Amino acid sequence: MDELKRTILNYVVQEYIEEGDDREVGESTPLISGGIVDSFSMVSLKRFVERKYGIQIPDAEATPAAFDTVDGIAKLVRRYTG
Amino acid sequence: MSVSAESGVSHDLRHAGLEWDSACRELGIEPNGPINIGWHCTDRICAGGRGAVTALIWEDFHGHERRYTYDDLRVLSNTFAAYLREAGVAHGDRVCLFMDRVPELYIGFLAILKLGAIAQPLFSAFGEESLWTRLDDAGTAFVVTQKKHAGKLRRIRAQLPALRRLAIVDARPAELHPGELALALDELPRVERFDAYPTTAESPSVLHYTSGTTGKPKGALHVHGSLVGQYWTARWALDLRPSDRYWCNADPGWVTGTSYGIIGPWACGVTQLVLDSGFNAERWYGFLSKHKATVWYSAPTAIRLLMREGAELARRHDLRSLRHLASVGEPLNAEAVVWSREVLGRPFHDTYWQTETGCIVVTNFPGMPVKPGSMGKPFPGITATVLDPSTYEPLAEPGKAGLLALRPGWPSMLRAYWRNPEAYEKKFRNGWFVCGDRASIDSDGYFWFVGRDDDVINTGGHLVGPFEIESALLENPAVAESAAVAKPDPINMEVVKVFVVLKPGFGPDSDLELDIMNHLRKRLSPLAMPQEIEFVASLPKTRSGKIVRRVLRAKEWGEPVGDLSTLMDD
Repeated sequence: MDELKRTILNYVVQEYIEEGDDREVGESTPLISGGIVDSFSMVSLKRFVERKYGIQIPDAEATPAAFDTVDGIAKLVRRYTG
Repeated sequence: MSVSAESGVSHDLRHAGLEWDSACRELGIEPNGPINIGWHCTDRICAGGRGAVTALIWEDFHGHERRYTYDDLRVLSNTFAAYLREAGVAHGDRVCLFMDRVPELYIGFLAILKLGAIAQPLFSAFGEESLWTRLDDAGTAFVVTQKKHAGKLRRIRAQLPALRRLAIVDARPAELHPGELALALDELPRVERFDAYPTTAESPSVLHYTSGTTGKPKGALHVHGSLVGQYWTARWALDLRPSDRYWCNADPGWVTGTSYGIIGPWACGVTQLVLDSGFNAERWYGFLSKHKATVWYSAPTAIRLLMREGAELARRHDLRSLRHLASVGEPLNAEAVVWSREVLGRPFHDTYWQTETGCIVVTNFPGMPVKPGSMGKPFPGITATVLDPSTYEPLAEPGKAGLLALRPGWPSMLRAYWRNPEAYEKKFRNGWFVCGDRASIDSDGYFWFVGRDDDVINTGGHLVGPFEIESALLENPAVAESAAVAKPDPINMEVVKVFVVLKPGFGPDSDLELDIMNHLRKRLSPLAMPQEIEFVASLPKTRSGKIVRRVLRAKEWGEPVGDLSTLMDD
């Protein structure tokens, strides 16, 4: 797993997984549809990657489908970081 | 006059024959006789010869499926009730269900009611502050939860003196903390017979918390007699018939998930479909198609999310089994009605009600011409009107907006706000129950939603109180004061926006913004997390120092700010 994905994954585990929740989360784990990150909290995840990588992701691209996996988020980040 | 539940029966015909007494007769409820929701939803169905009918098809995100017949529901709710009794839960105790949409949540709800205790379901995404406020106010004696949510409870347990026990449905004994119990329902000896507590129409049943503009959330207390309203509206407004396969995608942590995700449909004897998963359009269409759902009760936010995914995705699934669609939570916009007509082949029917009403009170009936964007007409047995805000007299002029109000006395009406008689009294004006929403009535008798009459934020169909957000924000050392208001949103209708004044020495930056978001998400809930934060030098206030949220809200909505003469000059 590359550094970008690792950073996003670590953030997801740290911020959205409760103590006692023993679900395994990997780069292709469904986050939104899997109920780990809800559609409201997705905004804070978007803010995190925008702040961390100094980018602005247009709201139209920040869909539940695009943010559903660490893989998907990393792909989006790469598009805007060039 | 007799009426039948056949599709296409006109609104007028339906209206003519429907009375609450008819519902009582169908349910076998005698005046002043026993009513126990848990018993009515299970034992009564089995006694009617339908014990072998599938009551619940449950599926998780990965597609694991579990099925329960009505006889399974009966025996398992007996077993759960006996377990609670053995654990010391007694009639009248508040028992909280703090779980995702797992089968134990549904079975536990029925069990608590069979035991004569009061069910207090809470949304499993609530953070510690939201949870503590509601458990402390209710004096909750017992909580049933899952391992993944136990941490939040453990962190606040010392501040909940009334809380006697915590039971965890999926924990091994070695994982329990002192004072906790394991509740492995599948491993408990089955209890074939359990005498339901002899509750009557006015016995407390369910406690649902709802947010207001000021103060803490209020506990709307319902009674077992609410069954009459929930059953009758499920049958006639949602058109549920025993042969239906019905999906209500609301979470039982909110009133829709209990009134129409448990009580109404099971009292009708239908097969309920439950999907314990987050939103995914492909998955949702696949679920409807796989289980050949016939009736779907959803919400405008979900419908708008589906619209955003496009019509083609819907058309790739066989959804021909659907015969009735209904929606609740916030006003259903006309575009969504038109879209569903085109893409799903039938319109969503908007229904209006709230935590306090307990059941649907204004609705677009099956068979009634739908005016896209309208709430519909009052359910038979409900007298609804709009009141002049200054005189509290009904407005006679069609199309004029006023306060939506109901004549008290329908079976599912709340009976109290828990330990808050003052707030309850304030809901009644001039002999009317005032809902807190503004609406108008057109010349055909259709009701049209205008907006809230207070500062409460309706986001994705859930009410969020600004006071809770502003109080939680004060815990942040950088925040001097704040105001939370509703901001328009194309998917959720409204989302939370907060205006923040920082203390001297603190400056606005993206770290602080993210910190505030995560703080509110974890302390309160994802619903209360602001989707936007604006740092400002000051907030509009009255000369007595009260923050005037309406000015901030009006700016967000592009509306006139109104009279500013009472505001402080700065």
